[in-house]
Amino acid sequence: MEDLVSVDNLTFSRGDRLIYQDISLRLRKGKTTAIMGPSGIGKTTLLKLIGGQLRPDSGDIRFKGESIPGMGRKRLFEVRRQMSMLFQSGALFTDISVFDNVAYPLREHTNLSEQLIRLLVLMKLQAVGLRGAAAMMPSELSGGMARRAALARAIALDPELIMYDEPFAGQDPISMGVLVKLIKELNDALSLTSVVVTHDVTEVMSIADYVYILADKQIIGEGTPEQIRSHQSPLVQQFLLGRADGPVPFHYPAENIAQQLLENY
Amino acid sequence: MEWFARLGRSTLQGLAGLGRAAYLLVGALVARPQLKNIPLTIRQMYVVGVQSLLIIIVSGAFIGMVLALQAYTVLVDYGAEESLGPMVALSLLRELGPVVTALLFAGRAGSALTAEIGLMKATEQLSSLEMMAVDPLRRIIAPRLWAGVISMPMLAIIFSAVGILGGQVVGVDWLGVDSGSYWSVMQAAVEFDEDIMNGVIKSLVFAFVVTWIAVFRGYDSVPTSEGISQATTQTVVYSSLAVLGLDFVLTALMFGTH
Repeated sequence: MEDLVSVDNLTFSRGDRLIYQDISLRLRKGKTTAIMGPSGIGKTTLLKLIGGQLRPDSGDIRFKGESIPGMGRKRLFEVRRQMSMLFQSGALFTDISVFDNVAYPLREHTNLSEQLIRLLVLMKLQAVGLRGAAAMMPSELSGGMARRAALARAIALDPELIMYDEPFAGQDPISMGVLVKLIKELNDALSLTSVVVTHDVTEVMSIADYVYILADKQIIGEGTPEQIRSHQSPLVQQFLLGRADGPVPFHYPAENIAQQLLENY
Repeated sequence: MEWFARLGRSTLQGLAGLGRAAYLLVGALVARPQLKNIPLTIRQMYVVGVQSLLIIIVSGAFIGMVLALQAYTVLVDYGAEESLGPMVALSLLRELGPVVTALLFAGRAGSALTAEIGLMKATEQLSSLEMMAVDPLRRIIAPRLWAGVISMPMLAIIFSAVGILGGQVVGVDWLGVDSGSYWSVMQAAVEFDEDIMNGVIKSLVFAFVVTWIAVFRGYDSVPTSEGISQATTQTVVYSSLAVLGLDFVLTALMFGTH
């Protein structure tokens, strides 16, 4: 199977804090890849590295075989037209309507007539079920609708790669179900390559073709959802089953409690 | 030794900040100007310019009135109240117009620019532009920078004009200075190049510096509520200090040789 994106021996640190140490992963063309892991380990950072917004300390990231950190700004902007990213907050432009938000990349990067743009925007909005909300402002949308509107904007230019940053975070069960269905359907219908960064295990296991589990700066497990479910590592199992205590301890490292309580007596 | 290390660290941080500010400026200005950006700039001129008109006009009127009142009480002792016109006009055109407009602009429009751009950063709108292969320096920063640079000199001229009218209301209509001498002595004393153009040049320099500080503080802010409030404060403080400092330098260059 062909790889759309390959990450090789990537090391990245922010200030003095090491985020990734020597990780490698690939996103296979036409498939949905999930990257899971506890909060606060920099999963979003990985997407920003793939998008070329950050540069790795060492290692390489290739998009269709071409090195992203090695690209000049101009080439990077050309390549970014083939990828798109759904941000956690949706990141809709708050000063323009839903319709104009979806039309934005089309107006920016194509010379299509307004008539044609209108058709395309309505089709994209129909795909996410928000054609009726075209005239609304982003502030009038619920959280789930905002994310769907952002999704319509993300697919406006028919990208090859779409990156979802925590698409399920803070969603009620219904909009969660809607998003799961949309990610699956869009991936199949538009033959996209999708990568979903999340910590919602059940949702993503139902749609992913391949799963990576990140923890402790490294990839601690990978495989198809079935392989992951029967994974040997106790850390992977703790994460999947949501146990409070295990290899990831319940208590943040601290000195002995008896000692600390008695300190001032 | 501790203070020495701290001195070094803050010097390096300051220099790095200057570098980032220069990078932002180059990215926003040197980039090929795009026709698409003209409507965006006009929209921003409405926000930072037209919406600042009220505060500029009201402040201009009151400053002109106070100026006339204060000057009259001094001038009348020497029987020189016909010099009230040039006194008011020159103070406004050379000094108060550009400086007070810049200070008001920093508080009214500069802080708003910083907060707006900081919030765009916090809500990932800037990142999402980048990922859409749209350069935020061109689409967000450049129109705001140009709008500020174009609007502020116009505001300064309006400020001075309203101030001169305010001076007339107090000096001529209330205190009884002769209307003919207020205007004609003013006309004889005010030079176009020397006074009006130098004021406009001052105002252009202030406009550039204040807007630059405002957009940079927003773009460089820490994207949290605390970070944005800090950036907004810094915009007002730094712009005010920069305006007052630069005013001295410019005044010395323009009028100091006589």
